[in-house]
Amino acid sequence: MRTIIFILQKEFLQIFRNRMMLPIIFVMPVIQLLILAHAATYEMKTIRTHIVDLDQSPSSRELVSKFKGSSFYRMVGYSFNYELAEKDIEKGTADLVIQIPQDFEKDLINEKEASISLVINAINGSAASLINAYTLAIVRDYNLNLVTELISRKVKQPIGIEYSYWFNPELNYKTYMVPGILVLLVTIIAFFLSGMNVVREKEIGTIEQINVTPIKKYQFIAGKLIPFWIIAMFELAFGLMVAKLFFDIPIVGSIGLVFGVAAIYLVAVLALGLIISTLSDTMQQSMFLTWFFLVIFILMSGLFTAVDSMPDWARAINIINPIAYFIEIIRMILLKGAGLKNIVHQLTALIIYAFVALSVAVWRYKKVA
Amino acid sequence: MKTVTENIIEVEMLVKKFGNFTACRDLTFEVKKGEIFGFLGANGAGKTTAIKILCGLWKPTSGKALIGGFDVYTETNKIKKNIGYMSQKFSLYEDLTPVENIRFYGGIYGLSRSLIKEKTALALHELGLEEVKDLHVSAMPLGWKQKLAFTVAMLHEPKIVFLDEPTGGVDPITRRQFWNMIYQAAHRGITIFVTTHYMDEAEYCDRVSIMVDGEIKALDTPDKLKEMYESQTMNEVFLKLARG
Repeated sequence: MRTIIFILQKEFLQIFRNRMMLPIIFVMPVIQLLILAHAATYEMKTIRTHIVDLDQSPSSRELVSKFKGSSFYRMVGYSFNYELAEKDIEKGTADLVIQIPQDFEKDLINEKEASISLVINAINGSAASLINAYTLAIVRDYNLNLVTELISRKVKQPIGIEYSYWFNPELNYKTYMVPGILVLLVTIIAFFLSGMNVVREKEIGTIEQINVTPIKKYQFIAGKLIPFWIIAMFELAFGLMVAKLFFDIPIVGSIGLVFGVAAIYLVAVLALGLIISTLSDTMQQSMFLTWFFLVIFILMSGLFTAVDSMPDWARAINIINPIAYFIEIIRMILLKGAGLKNIVHQLTALIIYAFVALSVAVWRYKKVA
Repeated sequence: MKTVTENIIEVEMLVKKFGNFTACRDLTFEVKKGEIFGFLGANGAGKTTAIKILCGLWKPTSGKALIGGFDVYTETNKIKKNIGYMSQKFSLYEDLTPVENIRFYGGIYGLSRSLIKEKTALALHELGLEEVKDLHVSAMPLGWKQKLAFTVAMLHEPKIVFLDEPTGGVDPITRRQFWNMIYQAAHRGITIFVTTHYMDEAEYCDRVSIMVDGEIKALDTPDKLKEMYESQTMNEVFLKLARG
């Protein structure tokens, strides 16, 4: 224990003597949270819409006003010429063109049927289908009004659907993203710092002097893990504070539980970092290896895309993805108020993970020159 | 003839191979307690490899080696408690001050805090580092660094100190000071195992071995070696042996 304290003292001296360290701990997470929480969103807050109303009738105007009235649509063009609207899509200045044909109102009254055409920029497929869904919902709403107006008498109301969104009633995307991004911040800090640290000692040769001392493996590993564990835990607290202040994310469950899980999760991540640094001889190698795993882990973690909709083999890979476990857990705790018994499955996985990774790290670290 | 128990290092038919390359071939020698043992050889002769084995950093391919009575195959941790080591390449922390380096290694070797303080004060005084004690090691000249590294290697009063080219690139005055430190340590009964390129330094050793291509070609006191090879200086002895 005494030996570990001496190592900790030395590690902290070195960490805070590194001039990049404080910005990395305090500035980076705030910037990442602010940028990512706003940018990484599937919400279509501003569907840039170009309207071609060739009918210019009360009915067509009413339909248009429905779109104007929705906060999701922003009018970027209004013309009588479809070619003009098409140009907007080609240039990328519009996401959606709504074309109302000339005889829209006439057809509605005479034929009881009219059509409009939607042109959606579908370069981003998921965004396009969202635009489609939003727009159809508005048109359906308009339809319903028409039906009641025109033939108000004895038409049965179609099935009414009442929505209630659980756990995120305002469908606020940030509420969903911010906890996940927090996990990323903490992970990147822990993974990189531990991955770099031992390799750095190898590269400058100081590890040789350590290896001729009677230091025990577990003392060395503990001395290398604990500083970054403390920094990452602090980072989580700091990030949660920023998230609460700037995004007012809900914290339904127990904060204590979040930190409890984080404590175990970080051991797993730090141990992975250490394993990488025992495999690498140079910081460059360690950097590439760390990135390799980080990119796969992050993109498959369920932060951006639901793990449930991944193919089976991908979900199988996710068994060794610590980030996936923690993102799921932190969302469950913060948004749903999950307690220990709800997360016991994921937590058990993390505990096993941490134990195995740590054992491998201790085993891989060889006290040789 | 001294008894076997007085040999603090005993090496017998020690071999280290890297693939097809034999870095050390059938090394056999012993070092007596309190002796300054010079381990000479050209670059690439296998000196550093041998030292790393004796320090418990590498396992030999075959042969026997006992350091302070402990086996290099199975008792490396006991060996490490009893030796000090100073690498060819400066390997203390450059971003720490001398005091912090001494405290860290003192702590690792299990010295008490008061003893660490005492040793630190003594070392700063002896090395004349009092004025620069708050400076990072990176800002110190090489000669000072090497003296500091030697002090750190000696912190826990080891029985044996391995010095791998401790004076490489150091000016003659500092080299002389360095050798004074070595003499003082030997005087206290610490065994010194030193490699060097400087043949004048070889004259300071009690006994020297000369390694050529992984083998020990000669081993005796400097005077006897000079006599044997009909040379005036160790330099001549070395050249005669190394050129074969």
